[in-house]
Amino acid sequence: MASDESKPDALIEVADFSFSIGKKAILRGVSVDISAGEALSIIGPNGAGKSTLLKCLDGILTGGTGSIRVHGRPLESYSRRELAKLVSYVPQADGRLLPFTVEEFVLMGRYPYLSPFSSISETDRKAVREAMALTGVEEFAGRLLTTLSGGERQKAFIAAAFAQGAAILLLDEPTTFLDPRHQDEVLRTLHRINRESGATIVSVTHDINTAALGSNRVLALKAGEVAFHGPAADVMDNSVLERIYGKRFIFAAHPLTGKPVVVPEVAEQ
Amino acid sequence: MNDARLSKTAKIALLVLLAAAVLLAAPMVGMSRVSLSAVLRPFSQSRQTDIFWHLRVPRVLVSFLAGAALAVSGMTFQAMFRNALATPFTLGVSSGASLGASLYILSGVQISVLGVSGVSLAAFGGALVAILLVYGLSSLRGGLSAGTMLLAGVAVSFFFASMILFIQYLSDFTNTFRILRWTMGGLGTVGYDSVLDVLPFVLSGSAIVLLLTNELNLITTGEDIAASRGVNVAGAKRVLFFATSLMVGGVVAICGPIGFVGMMSPHICRLLIGPDHRHLTPATLLFGGMFLTLCDLLARTVIAPAELPVGVITALLGGPFFLWLLLRASHDRGTL
Repeated sequence: MASDESKPDALIEVADFSFSIGKKAILRGVSVDISAGEALSIIGPNGAGKSTLLKCLDGILTGGTGSIRVHGRPLESYSRRELAKLVSYVPQADGRLLPFTVEEFVLMGRYPYLSPFSSISETDRKAVREAMALTGVEEFAGRLLTTLSGGERQKAFIAAAFAQGAAILLLDEPTTFLDPRHQDEVLRTLHRINRESGATIVSVTHDINTAALGSNRVLALKAGEVAFHGPAADVMDNSVLERIYGKRFIFAAHPLTGKPVVVPEVAEQ
Repeated sequence: MNDARLSKTAKIALLVLLAAAVLLAAPMVGMSRVSLSAVLRPFSQSRQTDIFWHLRVPRVLVSFLAGAALAVSGMTFQAMFRNALATPFTLGVSSGASLGASLYILSGVQISVLGVSGVSLAAFGGALVAILLVYGLSSLRGGLSAGTMLLAGVAVSFFFASMILFIQYLSDFTNTFRILRWTMGGLGTVGYDSVLDVLPFVLSGSAIVLLLTNELNLITTGEDIAASRGVNVAGAKRVLFFATSLMVGGVVAICGPIGFVGMMSPHICRLLIGPDHRHLTPATLLFGGMFLTLCDLLARTVIAPAELPVGVITALLGGPFFLWLLLRASHDRGTL
């Protein structure tokens, strides 16, 4: 392999990246390459640094040592607007919503293309329509965010992030707090985006099955360090999972695909 | 939501008409009756003409400008801290401006820079110091939670209030009275020079806010989202803090710290026109202007021939409103 720094197919290259808040090290020497069109799940115990890594990838948190490159260029060399056209981010649900309509909110995703004096262009309208169609939020486009169910809200947030026109979508626990049906809908929406638009999807999740079955690759963090990075199927192994979570799991074959899935333990009577 | 579904532009147009009506009508009302003929001859020497053109008109103009500036500053603070209780008044910025102005009065110096009076500049300086203090205190631990921010504001407010008391204690009788009377908030002694003193602060401050409405929209939905959408959050906040300091300083220097306009007006406008700052900002400017003009009308007519400081009226209306917001906030977590 040639020793050139930038690999042509890697969209995001994280090299020996460490990040601390105060004196506390949150990420330690993380290295990972994310290629175009990949669906990557980030798993790991609470406090492992998953959300921090996501925020660092979008430059929301700045500082840290080591390097993060996007499209071969150092992250810090981008202006906020330039970066917004390449990377978008859906935060964890914090329950604080304003009474914007879904359409108004999705339109706000077009911020990097607006100036205080320009009006909304036909390109912006088209991007909003496409984002709403792809995420299936058109039917409630006129409703206020404050009146949406958790699943609808999450789809509206994904639509707004997608309207930003970025090829990389970062999501922090997109399905946490959702009931099984809405979890399913949100995951399908993400698959559709990944498949139809070729966008790279990076999502933090606590669901090992979702990570293993729904993505190409899995990155596991433990105490700020990479505990596993590889093909999604390889994570279903107790030698790997025990290293990540400090516990062993029981597997079963999925009745439709035969792939291994983690099943819940039964409390002893 | 209003079922008549007036478009937002129509609502703003309606507010413009209302504001124009208030601006025209307010100087007509007062203790002594002013005839239309006296109004139409602005250069005659009659007493009525004098009352109308030299006392009431500038006073109405200053109250409108002050109300607009305080309201839009309140709106900006509420958006930046994502909290309905965050205003220049509750966060100690008004007290900072008061302290700056009090120090200026105590010093006995009389200066002006490029036509802007020294007391305005001193108040602007005080407002800026207060904002930097609140911002610094609440970001000490890296976080910027609205709760910490409000607590820091209350602390700064108390600190400045006691500094003002200390200054009053040190001042002679005349200065003590001037400072005390002025901290109640009042528009009793304004003329056209006051209009010109306030105007540049209000115009430049609100122009900045009007240019940053897209940023305000995104910042209210969350700073992480705003950053991800391409907003330079720290930069936008710095500019907005500067703009609010300009407005609050400029207004406090002339009118004293008038509370609650900045809290009530944007909140009522949000109920009228929604959270989108592209519409909310002009609506808040107009509403705040009208609101303070009407409060001042009350202040100068309720116990005529005597006058109440306008701050007393706004506080009487604002106190209960604050409590209502606080109690309501307890079940929707204080969000806007």
